[in-house]
Amino acid sequence: MKDVVFGQYIPGNSLIHKLDPRAKLIFLVIYIVLIFCTFNFYALAIPFCLAILFMLLSKVPVKQYLKSMKMMIFVIIITSVFNLFYGGGKVYFTLGPLSVTEGGINNAIIIVSRIVCLLIVSAALTFTTSPTDLTDAIERLMKPLKVFHIKVHEIAMMMSIALRFVPTLLEETDKIMMAQKSRGANLDDGGLVKRAKALIPVFIPLFVSAFRRAFDLAMAMECRCYNGGKGRTRMKSLHLQKRDYFSTVFFVLIIAGVVLSDIFLPSVVR
Amino acid sequence: MSAVISTQNLTMTYGTNTPFEKSAVNNLNIEINEGEFLGIIGHTGSGKSTLVQMLNGLITPTSGKVLLRGKDINENKKELRKVRFQVGMVFQYPEYQLFEETVYKDISFGPINMGITGDELNKRVMDSARFTGLKKSLLQKSPFELSGGEKRRAAIAGVIAMDPDVLILDEPTAGLDPQGRDMLLNQISLYHKERKNTVILVSHSMEDIARVADRILVMCRGNAEILDSARNVFAQGEKLEKMGLRVPQITKITQKLKEKGIDLPDGILTVDGAFDSIVSLLKKEGKLR
Repeated sequence: MKDVVFGQYIPGNSLIHKLDPRAKLIFLVIYIVLIFCTFNFYALAIPFCLAILFMLLSKVPVKQYLKSMKMMIFVIIITSVFNLFYGGGKVYFTLGPLSVTEGGINNAIIIVSRIVCLLIVSAALTFTTSPTDLTDAIERLMKPLKVFHIKVHEIAMMMSIALRFVPTLLEETDKIMMAQKSRGANLDDGGLVKRAKALIPVFIPLFVSAFRRAFDLAMAMECRCYNGGKGRTRMKSLHLQKRDYFSTVFFVLIIAGVVLSDIFLPSVVR
Repeated sequence: MSAVISTQNLTMTYGTNTPFEKSAVNNLNIEINEGEFLGIIGHTGSGKSTLVQMLNGLITPTSGKVLLRGKDINENKKELRKVRFQVGMVFQYPEYQLFEETVYKDISFGPINMGITGDELNKRVMDSARFTGLKKSLLQKSPFELSGGEKRRAAIAGVIAMDPDVLILDEPTAGLDPQGRDMLLNQISLYHKERKNTVILVSHSMEDIARVADRILVMCRGNAEILDSARNVFAQGEKLEKMGLRVPQITKITQKLKEKGIDLPDGILTVDGAFDSIVSLLKKEGKLR
């Protein structure tokens, strides 16, 4: 259970670590849109290089990035294989009713590169941003939604509490599983129904303890006079630095580059 | 006396090949005798819990063996369940493992997993409730309605009901008030006397261990520093203090009195013991009739 990795943050002191989390979050969203607006290899090359640049600048070992991609390897393979048969142009060879074409190969290459870029950049965000910074940034960016009476602060608080309790509950699950195994619970084999039934002795104590922790936490927060986001100041307030402005300019140039190559160069994707 | 459990070069390392590599148990060779009451003592992080979790195969050692009556328990993973019925384990804060509708059903979870039914099941539940001092009226209640101390008893009863040859208790008195602690320890030693099973008690409280254990294993940074009778262990006060452990207060006081020239025996471990020897000393000197 302890081996489960979950958006793991790797502390560091690189440029990417130091960027404002709000900037990083906005960059990520724009990047995702951008990467799906690349219709030829030149337009694709720009965000691809950017992803590699992020990866290197974050000073997180490349091995970690590869590890985070490992889970998605099936998705990548399946999409690339399907795309091979999709598209027109010169036919390379035929397999029954299916034929691999030039357009199909182009499609496959572009789709796979898009997914890889996406994984690298989102991994770069979670590797370099602590969960608390991330929820702070989300809270700040969602602030305009207050106009629609959405409780932004409460949502952000719930998110950070949830993130905080992931490791705790994993540890707890581990402990309860061991305790029930000592009483002869058979958690490892049997059919689907049998296994689901065997998990009851694990889940009931887990829920009970999760509720207990929730009540304790609520009590502790009330004892410290927590009453929501109104008038609440922050220990670490976010301020934009020079590096955030510079990276924004750089990012705008990248966007311009992609858009221009999309417009002026022929599209290879259908 | 024959060994019920013995370990051969038992080692457990967490996070191998990472910067967080930490060896929790280091090349441990110990023998636990049939029918003895063994206390395991050590500082937080000294490897006590890791050691006992290896003794019933909940975690697999990095290297080395755990032998139960001479057979390596990790040799055949399919037999591990049977091993766990023979080596019963009560975790720290065991009350968090309760899950059934009634206390009775919860206690019978272990025995039912062993395939026990009918009268034998009923007898086991009743026996273990008696051993842990659980009132009969509580058995039909939901475990979540009980008080903290009662929950703890119910959880311990759930392990005793499997009638294991070796009963391991990891910090069973943690978080209990002094009265609850005394009662629980008494009940455990009563169980040990009546069943004559092997009991292993893990604790960091010297007082607790001194009261009940025949032999004591002192752990420090994953090593077995001392394994000897309670008297001999507490006679090495200085060595214990170097490991950040303390001898029981009463042992310390009687030692100081001895240094002052008062003729008390070595290794007094309990307040009652100290009382008896002081009374007999005073009688001998004619100061008390």
